[in-house]
Amino acid sequence: MQLLDEPIDFARQEGVGAPVWTGRAADSQELQAFAIAAHRADGRIAALWGSDSRQRGGGFRLDCVFGLNEGHAWVSLDLPAENPAYPDLAGIFPAANRMQRATCDLVGIATEGGDRRPWLRHGAWPADWYPLRHDAAQLANEGAGFPNAPSDYDFVQVGGDGAHEIPVGPIHAGIIEPGHFRFSVIGERVLRLEQRLGYQHKGVEKLYIGMNVADGARLAGRISGDSTCAYAWAYAAAVEAACGVSPPPRALLLRALMLERERVANHLGDLGALGNDAALAFGFSQFMRLKEDWLRLNGALFCHRFMMDSIVPGGTALDLDAPALAAIVEQCDAIGREVKELQKIYDEHAGLQDRFLTTGAIDADLARELSLTGVAARATGMILDARIHRQGYTPPPPYAMLGVRPATDERGDVAARVAVRFAEVFESLRLLREIAVGLPDSGVRIDVPPVADGYGLGVIEGWRGEVLVGVSFDGDGRLARVHPHDPSWQAWPALEHAVMRDIVPDFPLINKSFNLSYSGVDL
Amino acid sequence: MIPMLKRILRTGIVTEPLPEAVEAEKRELARLHDEILRILGRALTIRQVDAGSCNGCELEIHALNNPYYNLEGYGIKFVASPRHADMLLVTGPVTKNMENALKVAYDCTPDPKLVVAVGDCGCTGGIFGESYASCGAVENAIPVDVRVPGCPPAPAALLRGILAAVRR
Repeated sequence: MQLLDEPIDFARQEGVGAPVWTGRAADSQELQAFAIAAHRADGRIAALWGSDSRQRGGGFRLDCVFGLNEGHAWVSLDLPAENPAYPDLAGIFPAANRMQRATCDLVGIATEGGDRRPWLRHGAWPADWYPLRHDAAQLANEGAGFPNAPSDYDFVQVGGDGAHEIPVGPIHAGIIEPGHFRFSVIGERVLRLEQRLGYQHKGVEKLYIGMNVADGARLAGRISGDSTCAYAWAYAAAVEAACGVSPPPRALLLRALMLERERVANHLGDLGALGNDAALAFGFSQFMRLKEDWLRLNGALFCHRFMMDSIVPGGTALDLDAPALAAIVEQCDAIGREVKELQKIYDEHAGLQDRFLTTGAIDADLARELSLTGVAARATGMILDARIHRQGYTPPPPYAMLGVRPATDERGDVAARVAVRFAEVFESLRLLREIAVGLPDSGVRIDVPPVADGYGLGVIEGWRGEVLVGVSFDGDGRLARVHPHDPSWQAWPALEHAVMRDIVPDFPLINKSFNLSYSGVDL
Repeated sequence: MIPMLKRILRTGIVTEPLPEAVEAEKRELARLHDEILRILGRALTIRQVDAGSCNGCELEIHALNNPYYNLEGYGIKFVASPRHADMLLVTGPVTKNMENALKVAYDCTPDPKLVVAVGDCGCTGGIFGESYASCGAVENAIPVDVRVPGCPPAPAALLRGILAAVRR
């Protein structure tokens, strides 16, 4: 079938996962035309990665996933072994910029023109060595022996009277992941923020090459620790699509239960931290207390406070019995009552609202332009959530039947991102109660025999936004290539825009209101 | 203001001496607490450095500041600069891209300094190991005094690790 009236022929990915259509662009013009059509249709770039398929008789391969209204279009493009290059998509989708640069650093396939600054390569390996190339694979261990020579980075300079720079990081002042922020300011006012990330790059995609399915699931749960359930599910969904199996209905609901518990845990922590960043220590203490209660029940029921390794390809690693489900319902009621009370206090606290309102604002047009998803996108008024029905889109099970209600706010500022989090906590608590009382009797896990040359894409609405994992198998049924994609790829540039009208001391608050992952994008 | 005060009163003090610890551990903790006061004069300051973690360990380090564990109640607090720190609490694996920054932070920490490596990745390199992008364990980059394994280690384990380092 065709999408957006473009010539690329698509086929629907089978299975119970999110709606995904896969297709192959005949040449780079077809890919570029499809990207333009997707942009015109208010679509977004959802992920972009490259692979080396030379050892199997091909050249290189570029994979682009576009988020469309009806689902995801996964377009691949074969590139020649000699001089692999493809058109720069950043002119169409600015969010492609960093993805393309990371692809160039890892696989050595570059855009024709455009921003050619390295992104993940900070000088730890030579410019002509590409970690995801298979001839590099033989040198894997020698890779540890490269001299580590940190390189300079070509930041965009801001000139003019009184303009100066504030460099921050890579080590930040709090308990937080590393990254570098370069502020150009006049007085306290931020003229420009430029991020340099990649400090968390630990070679995840290289580790995946040749891994077995079970080890891959463990690694997926450690791509961004705060989103372990979202990644484990997205990976499992991709593997299941590639192998043509569907997990039992009880397992799908248990996965949703874990994903919603992860959402609530993170939102509670963020709501507390946002209070703290606006100097309301009361909010921090109260929300962190609730979060601790929440995590302790996770520990008791899942043997892990963050439920790591509980979602596996084929289903879930464990099941919950009736007393466990009753404990969940009881906790949802208790936490719901307390959050309601705290929301009232937040809403009526003049000092807090003074810091939240109009701070770090972005609008829906910008969010769309930057391919933003998740909490930050919904806080600009977009109804974009993989769990939610919209015209032309039906969410995958079990969310289709749960009927998730959208949480949106049109203000686009810190206050809006706080409001969306509150609304999502209440909605997740409702879903948890519904799931806990309506679990069907079935097994929770089936076998997933790997299929040679199979491929699949998993899409999950994590607490931060849309998490994607693309998986392909080699001829022996081992993982040939896995690309995990964090929603932070698209949200980091949005943060650069959000601080522009504000002052430096507002940055920690704005940053926290996005709360983006470093590890998830640095990989 | 009144709803806040009511909430605070109703919540009461939830801080636990040491969560889910056996009585002996509680006594030991009280003794360690005294020891910290004696050795460090009321305060231990910690600079946390994430040298490449998946951010799972950071979630649990954050939890140390919640009212249940109330780390500041023991006179232990997190500071914003290694120059103000007695201890570096380092999560790993140490990425190649963070190796240099971690070494600089270590050099900036005044002597005598303590280093606690946190998490399976900080202790051994964990699932990420050593590669073109990762140096693996924290001790491959800077000297380490105490290791706290776990993926991620629970807050109580972190607390014990921090106290173990102080006792050395």
